[in-house]
Amino acid sequence: MSVTTKEKVLARRPDSLAPAVTHYCPGCGHGVLHRLVAEVIDELGIAERTVGVASVGCSVFAYDYFDLDFVQVPHGRAPAAATGLKRARPDLVVFTYQGDGDMAAIGTAEIIHAAVRGERFTAVMYNNSIYGMTGGQMSPTTLPGMVTDTTPAGRDPAEIGYPFLVAETLAAQPGAVYVARTRLGDMASIVKTRRALLRAFKAQLDGEGFSMVEVLGSCPVNWGMSPSEANAFVAREMVRHFPLGVFRDGPATPPAVAEADGGGGRGTGGNVSAARGTGAQRPAQEGTGRGDA
Amino acid sequence: MAIAATQAEPATEALLYKGNEALGEAAVRAGCRFFFGYPITPQSELPAYMARRLPEVGGVYLQAESEVAAINMVLGASAAGVRVMTSSSGPGFSLKQEGISYLVGCELPAVLVNIMRGGPGLGNILPSQADYFQATKGGGHGDYRLIVLAPAGVQELADLTGLAFDLADVYRNPVIVLGDGLLGQMMEPVRFPALRPAPDPPDWALTGARGRPRRLITSIHLAAEALEAHNQRLQAKFARMAERETRWEAVETEGARLVVVAYGTASRIARAAVELAREEGLPVGLLRPITLWPFPAKPLAELAGGDAARFLAVELSAGQMVEDVRLAVAGRAPVEFYGRMGGAVPTPREILEVIRRQLGGDGR
Repeated sequence: MSVTTKEKVLARRPDSLAPAVTHYCPGCGHGVLHRLVAEVIDELGIAERTVGVASVGCSVFAYDYFDLDFVQVPHGRAPAAATGLKRARPDLVVFTYQGDGDMAAIGTAEIIHAAVRGERFTAVMYNNSIYGMTGGQMSPTTLPGMVTDTTPAGRDPAEIGYPFLVAETLAAQPGAVYVARTRLGDMASIVKTRRALLRAFKAQLDGEGFSMVEVLGSCPVNWGMSPSEANAFVAREMVRHFPLGVFRDGPATPPAVAEADGGGGRGTGGNVSAARGTGAQRPAQEGTGRGDA
Repeated sequence: MAIAATQAEPATEALLYKGNEALGEAAVRAGCRFFFGYPITPQSELPAYMARRLPEVGGVYLQAESEVAAINMVLGASAAGVRVMTSSSGPGFSLKQEGISYLVGCELPAVLVNIMRGGPGLGNILPSQADYFQATKGGGHGDYRLIVLAPAGVQELADLTGLAFDLADVYRNPVIVLGDGLLGQMMEPVRFPALRPAPDPPDWALTGARGRPRRLITSIHLAAEALEAHNQRLQAKFARMAERETRWEAVETEGARLVVVAYGTASRIARAAVELAREEGLPVGLLRPITLWPFPAKPLAELAGGDAARFLAVELSAGQMVEDVRLAVAGRAPVEFYGRMGGAVPTPREILEVIRRQLGGDGR
């Protein structure tokens, strides 16, 4: 007697992802983040008018994994190239995919001024506090005390400063309409990350201004941890320095309007929700005067 | 599409234009609708002109936060398949070199303007030709060549800018328009061609993968075989450029015993000196390279194999183009050099003295 089984598809590869095997190391979060971006692009039905801008670093080969038009650009310059693309063809949906070295070090000027101008593209940042592609050097977001190839005794904030708070910096710019920081590592966090990406791309589609999602993820190989240890480190340690939350969600706001509305100057107006959760544990908030308040 | 239809603008009568502004108008008339730049003297009138003019034709002018950002905005816009330009001067042009190398590696067209000033370092804002090596010998990393156009007046600034956009598209390679502070600032009559519409995006542009496979624009090829093959293809393209695009002007070179070689501003002064010398009966001619790369080596070699007994390179530099003259002449005749630096500009009489010395004794 034959048995007919009705198949139910619970999950499948998003159309916007190419059927490729990635080069990422075991436990790396880039693959998960690629998938989330692809799912969001599928959900919004924008694949046929989306162009990705690949950066330099581990995710340089993102263009091999997305089934989308892509351009690969110099280290740190993805926001400038995205500006050129979007200005040339405003009907395109444009996103950059960058790491912390690319966005927060060599590309600092480009990302900040993209936010300042309110460029209508979406920046996706994978922050794992290290240069992975080059073998594990200190990045601008390396945590205090963290041992890397170039901080063999651990990052000493007295010598080389504290981690760069990218999301907070970008959210302070009136041209930004959506800026959030999320993390990977467990299902609930992954779902939140997907939600943030969806909101960021929608902000672009609405033509409101600059949108960005900073996603905390691991680098087990260069951290010298197992994947599960690395995930636990993200959840326990990284979030102490990089509070999760939505730092801006609302229309771009000229500074004068923010002052009139909120009375507290830019960054504290009605459009900006304070960082949620673990932020209070940051050493940064104890009056170090690093301009991140 | 951002590119709005615009009313037809016909060819113009002669208009009095500043060099930098003529360059801008010529770019617009060639179909350029996008300009990304950063202020620097002595080219600032060009971005200012574009900021006024581009919105009139549905284009976009954007002031970047740096020269580095500007060249990468050019890269992004070019990847989208539009005609795009940036401009700068010495220090700023140095900052663009990484992006230029990427444009070549990605095979993306663009027109890049360097209105040269005195260097090295911050130097000054006076005319100079000391960026010849940077423009013609690479400038950035990797094996590459760019067509370098060297106008010698406002009309030619306009004409060569239009040509630059066409050559950039034909070869999918950036083209440099190399002027200097004097050319950028001077005013001369100029006639512009009719306004051309912005062209449709080419079949390699990133327009979204609608009804076709995805497209990738990149300069990375990890395997040695792949990168060597990519380089071989680029070199074959550069060879085609050298074969087809070499341009120069020969003035009274027939029968000349001394051939002066000069481009751009230096060629205008050299031309006046040659005229003075001819009035004295001296057998002098001028060869003016219009493309600095590809360099007009062949006509120089032919002159060296004929009547020319001596060559004199005149530049606003310590002697850069003269190396290409020596390579072309290949030891068949002496090649002398006369140059001024740091914004100093020689007079025709000054060059005439050098010509007389060169031809002293057996010259006539």
